[in-house]
Amino acid sequence: MTGSAIDNSRVSPVRQTLDSAVVRFSGDSGDGMQITGGQFTLATAVAQNNLSTFPDYPAEIRAPTGTTFGVSAFQINFGSRVIKTAGDEFDVLVAMNPAALKVELPGLKVGGILIVDSGSFQERNLHRAGYGADPLKDGSLEAYRVIEMDISTLTQDAVSAFGLSKKEALRCKNFWTLGYVYWMFDRDRQATIDWLKRKFASRPDIADANIAALNAGHALAETMETADGLQSYTVPHAPDIEPGLYRTVTGAEAMAWGLAVGSKLAALRLVFCSYPITPASPVLHTLSKMIEHDIVTFQAEDEIAAVCAAIGASYAGGLGVTSSSGPGISLKAEAIGLAVSSERPLVVINTQRAGPSTGLPTKTEQSDLLQALYGRNGECPLVVIAARSPSDCFEMAIEACHIATKYQTPVMVLSDGYISNASEPWLIPDVDAMEPFPTDLHQDGPCFDPSIRDAETLARPWAIPGTPCLEHRIGGLEKSFETGNISYDPANHQKMTDVRAAKVAGVVRDIPDQGVEAGPESGPVAVVGWGSTYGPINRAVSNLIDEGLSVSHIHVRNLWPLPANLGALLAGFDQVLVPEMNSGQFVKVLRDQYLIDAKGINKVMGQPFKIHELEDAIRAYWEAAQ
Amino acid sequence: MNEATTEAPKLTAKDFASNQEVRWCPGCGDYAILKAVQKTLADVEAKTENTVFVSGIGCASRFPYYMATYGFHSIHGRAPAIATGIKLANPDLDVWIISGDGDALSIGGNHFVHLVRRNVDVQFLLFNNEIYGLTKGQFSPTSRVGTRSPSSPLGCIENPVSAVQLALGSGGHFVARAVDTAQKELTETLKRAHAFKGTSFVEIFQNCVVYNDGAFDAFTAKDKAADMQIHVEHGKPLIFGRERNKGLRIVSGALALEVVTIGENGVTEADILVHDETNRMLGCLLADMNEPEFPVAMGVLYCKPGHIFEVEIRKMVEAQTSHATTSLNDVLRQGHTWAVGGDADEA
Repeated sequence: MTGSAIDNSRVSPVRQTLDSAVVRFSGDSGDGMQITGGQFTLATAVAQNNLSTFPDYPAEIRAPTGTTFGVSAFQINFGSRVIKTAGDEFDVLVAMNPAALKVELPGLKVGGILIVDSGSFQERNLHRAGYGADPLKDGSLEAYRVIEMDISTLTQDAVSAFGLSKKEALRCKNFWTLGYVYWMFDRDRQATIDWLKRKFASRPDIADANIAALNAGHALAETMETADGLQSYTVPHAPDIEPGLYRTVTGAEAMAWGLAVGSKLAALRLVFCSYPITPASPVLHTLSKMIEHDIVTFQAEDEIAAVCAAIGASYAGGLGVTSSSGPGISLKAEAIGLAVSSERPLVVINTQRAGPSTGLPTKTEQSDLLQALYGRNGECPLVVIAARSPSDCFEMAIEACHIATKYQTPVMVLSDGYISNASEPWLIPDVDAMEPFPTDLHQDGPCFDPSIRDAETLARPWAIPGTPCLEHRIGGLEKSFETGNISYDPANHQKMTDVRAAKVAGVVRDIPDQGVEAGPESGPVAVVGWGSTYGPINRAVSNLIDEGLSVSHIHVRNLWPLPANLGALLAGFDQVLVPEMNSGQFVKVLRDQYLIDAKGINKVMGQPFKIHELEDAIRAYWEAAQ
Repeated sequence: MNEATTEAPKLTAKDFASNQEVRWCPGCGDYAILKAVQKTLADVEAKTENTVFVSGIGCASRFPYYMATYGFHSIHGRAPAIATGIKLANPDLDVWIISGDGDALSIGGNHFVHLVRRNVDVQFLLFNNEIYGLTKGQFSPTSRVGTRSPSSPLGCIENPVSAVQLALGSGGHFVARAVDTAQKELTETLKRAHAFKGTSFVEIFQNCVVYNDGAFDAFTAKDKAADMQIHVEHGKPLIFGRERNKGLRIVSGALALEVVTIGENGVTEADILVHDETNRMLGCLLADMNEPEFPVAMGVLYCKPGHIFEVEIRKMVEAQTSHATTSLNDVLRQGHTWAVGGDADEA
């Protein structure tokens, strides 16, 4: 960075080099922990580290201050090696109040660094957090390296020149703390300073106060005599990063951009119809800002209207897309059946959350797989694909647009709360270099013949309203294969059922053969995953391989139809283990499809797998098999 | 085509009929409505390829199959949502929604309210027969209190919803009413609906011969119609009755209508209220009239153009796209980026 106002040349001579670290910021939901984490992510990306983040926030918009259920946290794992998860235990925990300490301490490594704002450890806060005694004084934190500072007072002092109210001054606490942590990890402050100036362009006093707080925290860290054993760290550039232009991207952003690019490649107007729901809404928000790219977004009156409007848009020659989370997808089920029956393109994004019913709206789960595959009335096959990481949402959204238009069929893309909110560095692709896949609209009369199907894809011709001579009627009632008119003929219903199934099954032609992510192509144990468990599974399997175990990682992106070679591939392994954030849904599918004795590793806690949990579970199976 | 200069022959009502056999019960009011719609399309010189009929579920919802236009027979109550999507993708299409009282006001009530509120440019025809036909005769949201049906053997205890009042309450800009068998008036009303830009809502009293035969006889029977209906027309006095001597006027000192007889109690034609279809309050008063105390109001009760949903969206899109300064590649590169190795440029 040139032109920086900050002098970063004074690097502590005692900095210890780390190849990775996990930092978790936690505080009250009003403490700005997500912003703090986001800025740390930006600074870490600028420092050319690999990284992965995990925003973990409460369901309440503003829970009563100081309570454990109002704790908001942001975790980041960064390093010079390949980072595939947000990390297990934290090396550094920032706890802005007693409630955050209470909730988050179990995740801190023994010997890890704990930064606390002692100014918030007053009796009232301790009581609210459920502490009988002050943990800073009762010796219960002896296993950790505690940095105890009255951040509240230090922040107020740092911003005293700006004439803010006490409340406004205390709001700068998070940037003071961020400054401190920036020094610990040798991060550059300039990007954050620039961000603050942009964010508070209309309130320069607030911007300046936060910048002063950031600098004060940094300066204090630099000058204070730290406790024994406390050090500052350097995490070098990741050496294995492919050259190119990078940014950080969340799964929701990548999904939205993938839809925009996919519709452009299909040469269709994107009509995105949605109803707000956590954690799916950011896709709507992102696309709503892209109107200048001829993207229409429609906030419908409910989930059913959203999917129906998307179907109407596709019927009229646009690319209809709807997006929701599990409960909303349940409401859309009948209409998805209509889209299957009327054989028009439709993309359905499901950002899964923990259920059933309203469940845990801000927590993650993979429990909508069976709903996606089977959750409709009648024989109603659907193409289902799953993104495995934030940036993979971009690829999967484009693939969904491609399959939906090529096969004239609905496609569901599974994401989840974790990858939707999490961010990772992304090598920005060149949209102009991508291969377009424009859809042929049917134009030739003299009349519409619905029995014409593409010999390979079995897709019906797409004749849209406004085209002369091709007037026809479609709907949810069974149609004659020959004429498209309503038909109650038993043999015809069998034929149409078979054709719809064959069409979806035929999508396998466009699915690459299943590969192996890590480990040998056959052997004692295959760990088969799908969706956002990619990172933890891959790291766990890699660690076990490093230990000398023969374990393989297979990650399936195409869940229906399944890749053509998957059965044969799995047959080459003695054991097939399937970790899922549900009670065993994909394992059922694999057992059903391939008659194999696959076993589940399951977690339904609203939290992603930790690497060590998977290592332990896989190791146990591996040992049992010896 | 190299005969662009040759004028296409004018389409007749028959040209709007598909080759499908119409399968409503003999005597069903739907036949009359189908005929009126086909005549209307011919009269307004609609193009079959540009016309789309969208329906939900119910007897009325088979309507699209009988039209030689584009048609989408969808699912319970959702036709307004499907139609909204159609207009978002292609605002130039002429979209008609066909719905029944259960479809529009019960299972699809939510979508009805929001379609009308948004003022999407469609024609919404509600075939109201005050009963569920396709599911074999249960009471509907417009059934009167006391209606005996398979699901209300002791008589329906629910208050009915007034379709036109709901449309007005939802912010409707065009609210009209007609009777299935009154072909001339129905066709005229449908023409007005078609000409209106925005959601034009037309409630059509439709007789179900099987499950609710004669439900509207009190004001549609030949011997009753003249005295129990009033055909409202913008700028014309609100006069009705076999003798054309009855009229509506505002009750002195109250916000209410009353029926008066011209020539009695000193009432002259000058005392009769003149219909102003742009007066929303008058529309509400007319919509609120029920027999036997009042005649039932037919025709365009309220009509006042407003912002059209898909037109406003299209305007926004066009304004933004015409000033577009970024490509999708630019979008992906907005915010903080950094270059790694090679010759990539830092943005």
